[in-house]
Amino acid sequence: MVSYSERWEAGADGPAPPAWRCAPGAATVTPLVFVLSLTLVAVAAGVLGSLIGLGGGVVIVPALTILYGVNIRLAIGASIVSVIATSSGAAAAYVREKMTNLRAGMFLEIATTTGAVSGAYLTTLLPSRFLFAFFGIVLGYSAFATFRKRHAAQPLTVSNDRIANYFNLHGSYFDVAENKEVSYKVVGTKLGLFLMYVAGLVSALLGIGSGALKVPAMDSAMHLPIKVSSATSNFMIGVTAAASAGVYFVRGQIDPIIAAPVAAGVLAGAMFGAKVLGRITSKTVRLVFVVVLVVISLEMLQKGIFP
Amino acid sequence: MTHPFESTDSNPEQNAVAGVTAATATQNLGVSGHGHRKLTPEEAAAMEEKIRKVEIAISLVLRIGVSLSVLVIAVGLAIMFSHHSDYTSFTGSFSFKQLTSSTSQFPHSFSGLAHSVASGQGRGIVVIGVMILIATPILRVAVGVISFLYEHDVPMALVTLYVLIVLIGSFFLAGA
Repeated sequence: MVSYSERWEAGADGPAPPAWRCAPGAATVTPLVFVLSLTLVAVAAGVLGSLIGLGGGVVIVPALTILYGVNIRLAIGASIVSVIATSSGAAAAYVREKMTNLRAGMFLEIATTTGAVSGAYLTTLLPSRFLFAFFGIVLGYSAFATFRKRHAAQPLTVSNDRIANYFNLHGSYFDVAENKEVSYKVVGTKLGLFLMYVAGLVSALLGIGSGALKVPAMDSAMHLPIKVSSATSNFMIGVTAAASAGVYFVRGQIDPIIAAPVAAGVLAGAMFGAKVLGRITSKTVRLVFVVVLVVISLEMLQKGIFP
Repeated sequence: MTHPFESTDSNPEQNAVAGVTAATATQNLGVSGHGHRKLTPEEAAAMEEKIRKVEIAISLVLRIGVSLSVLVIAVGLAIMFSHHSDYTSFTGSFSFKQLTSSTSQFPHSFSGLAHSVASGQGRGIVVIGVMILIATPILRVAVGVISFLYEHDVPMALVTLYVLIVLIGSFFLAGA
């Protein structure tokens, strides 16, 4: 077995890590300071990630690469850990409040896990630059579509969708902000399954979180309430991330000194974020999601156009 | 203008406000299958009780997994710091960069992990904690299979079983 450092030096792992950008003579960041400060960043990542159903990676990857100058490969390994931590941390609270639609989530996981596994073994014919640019546009459009739905927050009461009726994917949850039980019906399962397959495929091909495509698929295509979409996405991203965690471990991308504060901080943040989700209005959740989606979309466009 | 994502199933009449009582909400529960008949109040109550039990079980599995993982990670981190006195100061010459660089050593295979833990290395114990965390979603899917069988919902149990097989299969495909 080739060791991690040998594989790195052989150039199989991309560019060398950027030099630590500290001015000469400035105080060194010791491991203790690193762990303590990263835990605080991770708590923030967990709160935001669990609130909008995208996982903590949205915050963790840029923080590690830009703030700490950590190599992108180790940052992506930490992101996988943070996504699972967001998912499991938020889940305990969500399920008890029935916010997560377990049936719909599990049903859609058929497509996402299949997409993730096929993506990992698919040598794409298209360059990743093209994919980044393409999905940058797709996410930009999703952000616009999600934003436009902000006034029409009424869930459906009837569904003609045969698959949704057969598997009984409909549900209800108690909305603390509105102080009432909200019942909803699910439609568009075929389009939903297709989008979930693409979400799994893209997350495996580009190493981005699949939540950015999952939430719009559930919100726009399947008419799930935004809070249910977010909570169900939180459940699903953990399962999808677990499907690729083995690969990241074997490739030596899970560094314990990074993973430890990320796991602990994100878990704490996600538990708090899950409690907040119940209390704030659907419109707020939607707007926070749109802002984050616009940022991710611009990030992807930048990778596609000016790499 | 119709929204491309919007299903043709929706029309304005169907978009009525869904302010329902708990009684109608229970009719949404139940299992997969053709020809749904409305459950009697007793059946609905029994079904709701079953689903509540399953939800509590899943929640418990998650809480135990998450708490155990944090505990193991904390212990591993404490051992790691106690072995290296130069890690623990707030100021000093030892940068964290030496632990996150291309030459940093940490386990990345099951045999390497076993060796690291056996020799009492903190980083190995941290990785064990992370592994427990990674296992929680898989465990959750496994509990899902059992709980759907418990609810006598064979179609959903098969769906969940498929997801579980793909998940476990992905680990073997990775060659860990």
